[in-house]
Amino acid sequence: MISNLLNLTGLFKFHGGVHPPEHKLESTTAPIRVIAMPATLVLPLRQHVGNLPKIRVQVGDRVLKGQLLAEAEGSVSAAVHAPTSGVVMSIEEQLIPHPSGLPDICITLQPDGEDRWIARKSVNWRETDRQVLVASLRESGVVGMGGAAFPTQIKLRPNGKSSVHTLIINGAECEPYITCDDLLMRERANEIVKGIEVAQYLLGAERCIVGVEDNKPEAAAAMRDAAAKSAIKIEVEVVPTLYPSGDARRLIHIVTGIEVPSDKRSTDVGVQVFNVATVTAVYRYFEFGEPALSRIVTVTGNVRQPGNFEVPFGTSVSRLLEAAGGSLPGTHDLVMGGPMMGFSLPSSAVPVTKATNCIIAGAPELFPPPPPAMPCIRCARCADACPVSLQPQDLYWFSKSDNFEKARDYKLFDCIECGCCSYVCPSHIPLVQYYRYAKSEILAADRAKQAANLARERNDFRLARIEREKQERAAKHAAKAGGAKAEAGVDDDAKKAAIAAAMARAQAQKAEVVPQNTTDLPAAVQNEIAEIDARRGDVLEEKQDN
Amino acid sequence: MLIALLVMIGLALLLGIVLGYSALKFKVEGDPLVDKIDAILPQTQCGQCGYPGCKPYATAIANGEADINQCPPGGEPGMLALADLLGVEPKPLNAEHGLPKPKAVAFIDENTCIGCTLCIQACPVDAILGAAKQMHTIIASECTGCELCLAPCPVDCITMEVIPEKVGNWKWRYPVIEIKTVDEMKAA
Repeated sequence: MISNLLNLTGLFKFHGGVHPPEHKLESTTAPIRVIAMPATLVLPLRQHVGNLPKIRVQVGDRVLKGQLLAEAEGSVSAAVHAPTSGVVMSIEEQLIPHPSGLPDICITLQPDGEDRWIARKSVNWRETDRQVLVASLRESGVVGMGGAAFPTQIKLRPNGKSSVHTLIINGAECEPYITCDDLLMRERANEIVKGIEVAQYLLGAERCIVGVEDNKPEAAAAMRDAAAKSAIKIEVEVVPTLYPSGDARRLIHIVTGIEVPSDKRSTDVGVQVFNVATVTAVYRYFEFGEPALSRIVTVTGNVRQPGNFEVPFGTSVSRLLEAAGGSLPGTHDLVMGGPMMGFSLPSSAVPVTKATNCIIAGAPELFPPPPPAMPCIRCARCADACPVSLQPQDLYWFSKSDNFEKARDYKLFDCIECGCCSYVCPSHIPLVQYYRYAKSEILAADRAKQAANLARERNDFRLARIEREKQERAAKHAAKAGGAKAEAGVDDDAKKAAIAAAMARAQAQKAEVVPQNTTDLPAAVQNEIAEIDARRGDVLEEKQDN
Repeated sequence: MLIALLVMIGLALLLGIVLGYSALKFKVEGDPLVDKIDAILPQTQCGQCGYPGCKPYATAIANGEADINQCPPGGEPGMLALADLLGVEPKPLNAEHGLPKPKAVAFIDENTCIGCTLCIQACPVDAILGAAKQMHTIIASECTGCELCLAPCPVDCITMEVIPEKVGNWKWRYPVIEIKTVDEMKAA
């Protein structure tokens, strides 16, 4: 019924959602402040989703502001640039803002204070081929600034037949505490609108809709003013405040009524979503040749002067806290992101990256430790709250008991880890932690399976090769042996023939040769021989007679 | 009576022809059970099971010659999956064939390697690159950690390096909920 009522305004309601306390006012009282350049910048190579970029500098190199430090490698990857001019001090593993708390490869840059730019070239994007523009975006280092940090050029890939009819600009910013997009819309609405024009041109979208939650009336008003001056038609939709309306698929549902099927991408249904900060970064890259070098970060929670800061990437979180007047006593935890989806930082020394939208200094009174988890009572409140219409209680059972195949069947991977289920759970079960555990186990098992398949293929190939070599060798031997035999056969025949010939000759000779001392004798001698033979015969007879 | 008999004989003949035809038409090449078992085995090709590779072990299991608990790299989950597939009782891994170890890859100390190619001949997945009297090296991404290259090396220059946990292969942990005594709870 509520959705029907909302339909009068042309908006739709997604399933579930929660209303956590907003805590946004603390950080929206001051304008965006620019932070002074810190003494060192630590630039992790892993600031985005995808492959690590390839390092293009060496320790000791002098680099200029905007110079490429690492270039995108493979299709899903993003470049990293120098946020200011300076010297590359080291390329080594350092702590990065990641839930693992593990170190990863980083480039440390010591600014020289001159802030000298590399030669920048702006592009007249309205008169440039889309393919060329998107290809050049690969060198911009621009990634999704909403927190997911997905390389933007992938989302813009116009292969000549872009089927996107609706471009949605995400200014919902539904997570509590975070106000960086709010302040950006209030102060830089014109730049956002120019960015929307660029994105609209690149995608060829017919409709452009900016979605802003109704808890940001100033931002919505600023966007309306800026949109009115634009050459293209940009609608600004004020959507009801309901966490997680800032999730891309939820926002698509709210403003268009389209539910993107779980196995499809939003572009398959003709919709693409960009964060307000992302389109601004794209605009600045084309218009001024500025790659992604800084972003707006909300610093709030248990700090003296909460607010928003324009921060060069690589600035340490501790430097950022100082800029916000320092953290108040009692700060026991630093959270990156919002209280619903963020994670605790391993140290205040970690740098700000492209995905850092908010730093919250946590104190026990702001984030009391969760009460101990109690058994699930199957109340199904989580199912009511789930914006993806999953069955969180079932997923919980399957994840808890390592029944991963079943969890996958129940669409575990559609879970956006928004935390609504954990938020409403009366037993305080950390449900999302179980889902994350199950997801990473399944992904690891899939990787192991792939490695096993590769190993099987290579082993089969090796066995086949050994077999082939054996046969080849056998064939070679056989050929050699056969040849020898054949040769030997030829020899034998010849030998036999020779022997036969020799024997024949010998026989012939034998036949020819007769005793010669009795042939050519004179008649007298022959007679004498005959007499002797006769006498010998007589003697032999007498002997026999006797 | 006669009609019934004829009908039954006719049916029997017809079905016999259909069955005979489908036996020829849909003949399954190879042994599907061996392939199913082979799909579960980790393809380390280490031979710890006593057979010269995963496929021979799979064949032996299918023929009832080998037990399901002889594969240390597959570990407990592998054994359970085999038990599930074959419908037999799970049993603990047989320690005679070795115990599961953390996944490792071979590493050649290139200063010590003399280029004898013995390890190349031993590698079941062709993951070692080199030639006679040339230095050898392991293609780490292809190495299954079978340790078959260790024994033939005459200069013992190959070691097994356990794959460290990095950001790229890090996994979320199973949620552990601290148990506190009532006194601790009250104090907090």
